[in-house]
Amino acid sequence: MKVLVPVKRVLDYNINPRVKSDGSGVDLANMKMSMNPFDEIAVEEAVRLREKGVASEVIAVSIGPAKAQDTLRTALAMGADRAILIVTDAEVEPLAVAKLLKAIADEEQPGLVILGKQAIDDDSNQTGQMLAALMGRPQGTFASVVSVSGDKVEVTREVDGGLETVSLSLPAIVTTDLRLNEPRYASLPNIMKARSKPLAQKTPADYGVDITPRLVTVKVSEPPKRKAGVILPDVDALVARLKELGVGA
Amino acid sequence: MKTLVWVEHEHGQIKDATLSTVTAAAQLGPVNLLVAGSGVSAVADAAAVIAGVEQVLTADDAAYAHALPETVAPLVVQLMADHDAFLAPATSNGKNIAPRVAALLDVMQVSEILSVEGPDTFTRPIYAGNAIATVKSTDVKLVLTVRATAFAKAAAQGGSGKIAAVSGPRDEGLSAFVRADIAQSARPELTSAKVVISGGRALGSAEKFVQIIEPLADKLRAAVGASRAAVDAGFAPNDYQVGQTGKIVAPELYIAIGISGAIQHLAGMKDAKTIVAINTDPDAPIFQVADLGLVGDLFALVPELTSKL
Repeated sequence: MKVLVPVKRVLDYNINPRVKSDGSGVDLANMKMSMNPFDEIAVEEAVRLREKGVASEVIAVSIGPAKAQDTLRTALAMGADRAILIVTDAEVEPLAVAKLLKAIADEEQPGLVILGKQAIDDDSNQTGQMLAALMGRPQGTFASVVSVSGDKVEVTREVDGGLETVSLSLPAIVTTDLRLNEPRYASLPNIMKARSKPLAQKTPADYGVDITPRLVTVKVSEPPKRKAGVILPDVDALVARLKELGVGA
Repeated sequence: MKTLVWVEHEHGQIKDATLSTVTAAAQLGPVNLLVAGSGVSAVADAAAVIAGVEQVLTADDAAYAHALPETVAPLVVQLMADHDAFLAPATSNGKNIAPRVAALLDVMQVSEILSVEGPDTFTRPIYAGNAIATVKSTDVKLVLTVRATAFAKAAAQGGSGKIAAVSGPRDEGLSAFVRADIAQSARPELTSAKVVISGGRALGSAEKFVQIIEPLADKLRAAVGASRAAVDAGFAPNDYQVGQTGKIVAPELYIAIGISGAIQHLAGMKDAKTIVAINTDPDAPIFQVADLGLVGDLFALVPELTSKL
């Protein structure tokens, strides 16, 4: 069984995003970019499935600028077997990403597609569900446990009230939540090895997918900022202030 | 514009997030509700009296009992033939179902809207709420998830919607519910509580988390939350997590105990009316957003606060 793992190159999660003064977006020039953290979890899960003998091959895919090669090399260094980069400098929305991934899935016929539940830049939380819809396959979103047996995968999901477990017929789509695993660091030898693993370059046109955005970004602005308040000397002062607010009175 | 709102319900009760979603929908046009589930006639009755509701479409079938997106999405798609916008609260069900609906309709969803700026224009948070995007949809139909804390709740009473039964396509059997492990708690729900007490990694253990946080929460009839670090360390269950990828809360009062205040955590609580932070480190970023702060040993300060309130 092949496992397909889409990964996205995003602003590193440790960097505080800054809104550009012209309101056109967030400043990414010369910023540190990394693999979306949820996608690292997805790569890790896929590699573990191959190490357990459940998966035969792990294919990492990215859609983005030529620089997204770095993100794919990271996935290869973590243990993915080969990579596909669909090169475009355009901003590609989740719906178009899902369509491109569907086209790749049609070619590769993976048993599982494992994606991050959301990208930490646009916070959409859509691509996995959309891909499942387009493929007509079941989805296990926000996964904290994934266990494949026979032609089914059982997925334990992090939901509002706690945990929920569903059983899905393969092929299936899984999106990762934080507690699924702890991604490994790529070792230096593996980083070296990753350089020679196959990385195919494609374009959206190769798959006949129209990536024209459906949403127009009118502007991007800073959220209202909270002002720092006061540090109180002791608990009594806090109790007094809380009582003024009608708390604990 | 005719809107269809997903009714989030549990144990026969409509969740507050639904009421906020109705408010958002009403800004676009007439509001119909979809109640899907098994044995949901009481939910439909309650939905029909939500202020401003025109119609309650009820899909009462065992196939919808667990809101599996594989069965629910085709039902919604079918109903969307008569509607222009589908809105779901950004709950775990809403986030699971809405994008599946959107893709089947060939529509680009707008996630977690914060405001309705026009018939096709919305604001939404990006980068963990560190930026707010205003986006305009060019699709013929809209699929939206709604951040409940950004909209007032519609009145739960006063409406007189008509109830009509609907049914969707046959379940294809792609997915099955296995089990749920849902904590039962007497506390208010985290996302709609007036007071939230959250604990962080500094609590040190699951035992200490309970021992320090719970008595204060009891006293203030508060919901309990946690930072990602506390959840990852196993001090608190996953459904406690407040933040970018956890729950978004906007209570009257948020007390952050032993939480340093990573941007991902702040994303989930910075809309609270009053924020109180208790932390040993005076330079912790949480103090940059807190209205009231106490610097010191939480193991001494919190029990003292609990006893004095």
